[in-house]
Amino acid sequence: MGILVYVSTSNNQINKSALEAISYAAQCGDSVTAVQFGEAADQAEAGKFGADKILKVSNAKLNDFQPNLIAEALMKAAEAEGADTIVLSHDLSGKAVAPILSAKMHAGLVTGAVALPTAEGTIKKGVFSGKAYANVKINTAKKIITVTPNSIDKKEFNKTAAVADFAVEVGDSRLKVVEQKIESADLPLTEAIKVVSAGRGLKGPENWGIIEDLAKELGAATACSRPVSDMDWRPHHEHVGQTGVAIRPNLYIAIGISGAIQHLAGVNQSKVIVVINNDPEAPFFKSADYGIVGDAFEVVPKLIEKAKSMDFTS
Amino acid sequence: MKILVCISKVPDTTAKIAFTDNQTKFDTNGVQFIINPYDEWYALVRALELKEANGGNVTILNVGTAENDPTIRKALAIGADDAVRINMDPTDALATATQISTYAKENGFDLVFTGKETIDYNGSQLGGMIAAQMDLPYVSYASKLDMNGNTATIERDIQGGKEIVEVDAPFVLSAAKGMAEARIPNMRGIMAARTKPLNVVEPVACENSTEVVSYELPAAKGDCKYVDAENAGVLLDLLRNEAKII
Repeated sequence: MGILVYVSTSNNQINKSALEAISYAAQCGDSVTAVQFGEAADQAEAGKFGADKILKVSNAKLNDFQPNLIAEALMKAAEAEGADTIVLSHDLSGKAVAPILSAKMHAGLVTGAVALPTAEGTIKKGVFSGKAYANVKINTAKKIITVTPNSIDKKEFNKTAAVADFAVEVGDSRLKVVEQKIESADLPLTEAIKVVSAGRGLKGPENWGIIEDLAKELGAATACSRPVSDMDWRPHHEHVGQTGVAIRPNLYIAIGISGAIQHLAGVNQSKVIVVINNDPEAPFFKSADYGIVGDAFEVVPKLIEKAKSMDFTS
Repeated sequence: MKILVCISKVPDTTAKIAFTDNQTKFDTNGVQFIINPYDEWYALVRALELKEANGGNVTILNVGTAENDPTIRKALAIGADDAVRINMDPTDALATATQISTYAKENGFDLVFTGKETIDYNGSQLGGMIAAQMDLPYVSYASKLDMNGNTATIERDIQGGKEIVEVDAPFVLSAAKGMAEARIPNMRGIMAARTKPLNVVEPVACENSTEVVSYELPAAKGDCKYVDAENAGVLLDLLRNEAKII
């Protein structure tokens, strides 16, 4: 029947999370049609990660982020292609579009998948803010799945995807986009491979220089704990934890964060956790792979110095 | 303005997560339940602020069984005017959304608010489903909302940043951090909540589109390997050569 993938783009490139969604769909073992919204100079990447076909949507109404219109276009593409499953990334775009698709198509939706469907048809997803997983079965013939960023191996298929224009008619939106504030060209925190995060142990916003320096040397994104964001030492979008963003990078370095259960909930699916804290009793050490008991203001400069001597280009 | 705020009952953020019945049911033993923080801190409080500024009515809606009533009373104590409980165990988002949109269509609301996700199922599904079923615009992950007459100016989180959008009521919105500051119910609110209307309605017939087959807990972490603070740089060697992560 075939699988359709929602491919979002930014800065003239396919979003990394969308490439993961393509690879997820290809690993499900069916033919994959990537429906591309926006321009992408790196269109060949879609084939590399498993797309058999790319439908490039052209309709000026879809230039803005209009979840209901995007859902409408995806439904029409699914119909045209005879696809019964739609895969999206569990990023801010996919989270807005997927539930609309689910309701309009009467298709069961699993959000935040972290593994491929099993032979029995169950899909594993994170629940209780990262403290557990649920294995969920979709009972409907049509299925919608959103894939948690950085949760599956982005396997390469090295296909050459045929590209076709998809001139789709959609209705009008009552939502008007007035202004866009793109905060940085950096990857969103949820897609970062490495994250350096700090908490109250840093004592004040003026001390964040060493955190940013270490992150820069390692090629990592910066994050923070909830108290730090609540006190406006750092912007809200950097807050990771149960009520902030949940992340699962390959490497999470927590500096001066004690490791309250609410913070752990947002980060404990990281592959490797490093904890740096001057309190040897900090609960975070129990969840850490590597730990350093010591003063952040002495330890972090040593790490920066060491990182400068290492090669991170490969 | 009539505002409908959908709330969910979830385990407290400090709750220990465990499962029973061969890993098929959440173990509620000793667990405290709260209103889902995004529903309470952001959706409900912003709805109350709008009512205080412009007049109107704030209705709480919960899909759940009678054991949810104390949680619903808490939302009334914070300041909502009345509440509705649709008498169904909500195990499937699409079926839950069907209940909510059916009720909302019949009773006519200008604004329908949900939290951006619940902290138990982490679905992020209801708002979009309700909007689609009601044929209304959906504004996801809203972090600011101002109403000027019938027109809303909303800041929402999008990939890589934020966006300001304008939309006329009625619409459906999911609320994220930034919308409002949490409120603590006062004694007067708690007393008043006891006599505010809490209407129970029976669900419409609807099939579940998904089911949870089982739960599992993450694999336990191995022991933490300590690096001497004096030779902190060794950490990066370990991350490269042992963990092979940098």
